[in-house]
Amino acid sequence: MDDLDADTVAEVLRVTDSFAEVGRRANPKVPALRGRTVATLFFEDSTRTRMSFETAAKRMSADVLSFSAGSSSVKKGESLRDTIETIQAIGMDAVIIRHRSSGVPQRVAGWVDHCAVVNAGDGWHQHPTQALLDLYTVRQSLGGGSEGTARFRGLRVTIVGDIRHSRVARSQITAYAALGAEVTLVAPATLLPPSLEGWPVTGVSHDLDRVLATTDVISLLRLQAERGSGAYVPTVREYSAGYALTARRALLLPPDAIILHPGPMVRGVEIASEVAELPSARITDQVGNGVAVRMAVLFLLLGQGSLDGAAA
Amino acid sequence: MSATPELVIRGGTVIDATGTRRADVRVVDGAVVEVAEGLDAPKRAVTLDAAGCLVAPGLVDIHTHLREPGREEAETVESGTRAAALGGFTAVVAMPNTDPPLDSAESVRNVYALAEGAMAQVAVAGAITVGRAGERLAPMAELAALGVRLFTDDGDGVQSAGLMRRALQYATGLGVTLAQHCEDRSLADGGTMHEGVWSSRLGLPGMPSEAEEVMVARDIALARATGGRVHFLHLSTAGSVDLVRRARADGVPVTAEVAPHHFTLTDGCAAGYDPVFKVNPPLRPRSDVDAVQAALADGTADAIATDHAPHAPEQKDLPFDQAPPGMLGLQTALSLAVTELDLPPERLLALLSWQPAAIAGLDPAHGGTQGAPVAPGSAANLCVIDPTATWTVDPTALASRSRNTPYAGRTLTGRVRHTVRSGEPVVIDAEAQR
Repeated sequence: MDDLDADTVAEVLRVTDSFAEVGRRANPKVPALRGRTVATLFFEDSTRTRMSFETAAKRMSADVLSFSAGSSSVKKGESLRDTIETIQAIGMDAVIIRHRSSGVPQRVAGWVDHCAVVNAGDGWHQHPTQALLDLYTVRQSLGGGSEGTARFRGLRVTIVGDIRHSRVARSQITAYAALGAEVTLVAPATLLPPSLEGWPVTGVSHDLDRVLATTDVISLLRLQAERGSGAYVPTVREYSAGYALTARRALLLPPDAIILHPGPMVRGVEIASEVAELPSARITDQVGNGVAVRMAVLFLLLGQGSLDGAAA
Repeated sequence: MSATPELVIRGGTVIDATGTRRADVRVVDGAVVEVAEGLDAPKRAVTLDAAGCLVAPGLVDIHTHLREPGREEAETVESGTRAAALGGFTAVVAMPNTDPPLDSAESVRNVYALAEGAMAQVAVAGAITVGRAGERLAPMAELAALGVRLFTDDGDGVQSAGLMRRALQYATGLGVTLAQHCEDRSLADGGTMHEGVWSSRLGLPGMPSEAEEVMVARDIALARATGGRVHFLHLSTAGSVDLVRRARADGVPVTAEVAPHHFTLTDGCAAGYDPVFKVNPPLRPRSDVDAVQAALADGTADAIATDHAPHAPEQKDLPFDQAPPGMLGLQTALSLAVTELDLPPERLLALLSWQPAAIAGLDPAHGGTQGAPVAPGSAANLCVIDPTATWTVDPTALASRSRNTPYAGRTLTGRVRHTVRSGEPVVIDAEAQR
């Protein structure tokens, strides 16, 4: 994600338009990746990301192999490197990797030589397709198309919550900033990264109420109890009191502000249930757009021929 | 060793704690017998060419992980001492974090037995606590009676201040030194690299500088209070060396070492997530690298010590956060010191030979044979260094059983040409002789 520039992000969003259209058809399937084989390697549990990637690949007629660490040779003590080399030897065109350790997709990319590597989330590091689908969802609200992309310039984006442990936040910040948005982080100091040096953020605040009036897009992050973030705040109740988007706080947002959540949501902790149901909350759209964005990413990595041909 | 041939080391510049002079060195029966210009070599003698070279007391590494017993796939006493000899070391201090750990007379005797006839002297550092578990004191007097002069739980710091205080009090009666791996677990736990700009960007859990510094500060206070000697292992931060600088000015009995990787590499090396750059204490930012270099220059740090930590290749093929910390060091330490530090040869060799020998109690003042001046009567533990030769690090060409050097492909200046251990030329022209 770090090396994604504005042009590349805009290109992914443009290609996503074509595949979103495919998804709306009665038979949402195109032959763009026929004969290609992709493997999903999920070393960490995930439902929505895995299903989203596999749906994306199947809609493009790719053969999809599904590998989960729990039921594989990894359990028998096989090393990551051996697992990857075995999977490459089977003959994959792409591997889509989710791993609890930061940096695994980068390492794997160095071990394979004729196989694309897609990061489906690594540790606290990056989750690029999640950020891209967030941007795509916002772009829809901004009118879509290249004009929608242009409207990111100066857009005020507020990311709230456990940024320290969030791969989603790291990818979002890079992607929004690449398109010219102004990113503000809101979190207790313990849930911010130890250093923000070199991060393209406009501001940092510990007071959510004060930034809401100047927020065009608010993205809420889950308090990641399984990554130990519980110990970074005294109690969930205290966290919610300060940082949850409650019905009262939602009223402080400008009327056309957009509410996003990468999921899975914990209602009542970072977002009130009634807020998640507001028309301005685009959480279900995010999930739907995820498939189209991932189709675009796979097409850009593996596809041959023109986009028009691919989506025909 | 009585079978070793007479040696004449010719054409070099002798450099030791007493100074520097042009001289040849004649060695008979394991001892230096003559140091003078223009020595003749009898026909039966082996001549070692030292033209353009420094002839110095053998290097002494007070921080080596030989891995035996327990992790012989990574290193053995035999392979580790071969690497040591090739790196110019005539003695190493074996760290006690083996399996089983070196916390009993039996385990120490075992390592001594393994080291008989090795290419470098092996001294043992004993564990401070039983099993290195940090709960109760190991039988330090029994180990001291076997010649153990350094005690450490290296790999971990002694977390309990109360236990460390008691260990220091006990040590004063034995005349031994406690070497501390300064890492406060409550601050460092789960950390995989230095906490800062790079850990934040890479999404890796960090170990803050304070994790080291609070234990340095604590142990300075304990050394001051008890009079027990503390040696600080592998100091890596500006804050740590500042604390030691002030403590020494106050006369507190502390010494300190710096590892080559901490004066050479920075935390940015982890950007590609290659665990070959994972080490404890972690690689730090440039400002810390500059600070430990300054500490080596101004005498705050007494020694360069390798923290040679072999790991088998499969251990380093893991994700960064799961791989064990540690990197090879024995064969690159001298060259890195020459390449990276802007210090005169007298200072470099003090840091690599006679000062660490004194800390580990291996010098003549403590009844040992290491780091001695190159003079008639001294044991012939010597190394001959070509300070201008360059070479490129090839992991597969190293003597260690492991390959985890972070310097692969780097071209370094300064190379060990010959190493003489107890009169035996164990390395000639950078080749191990057995």
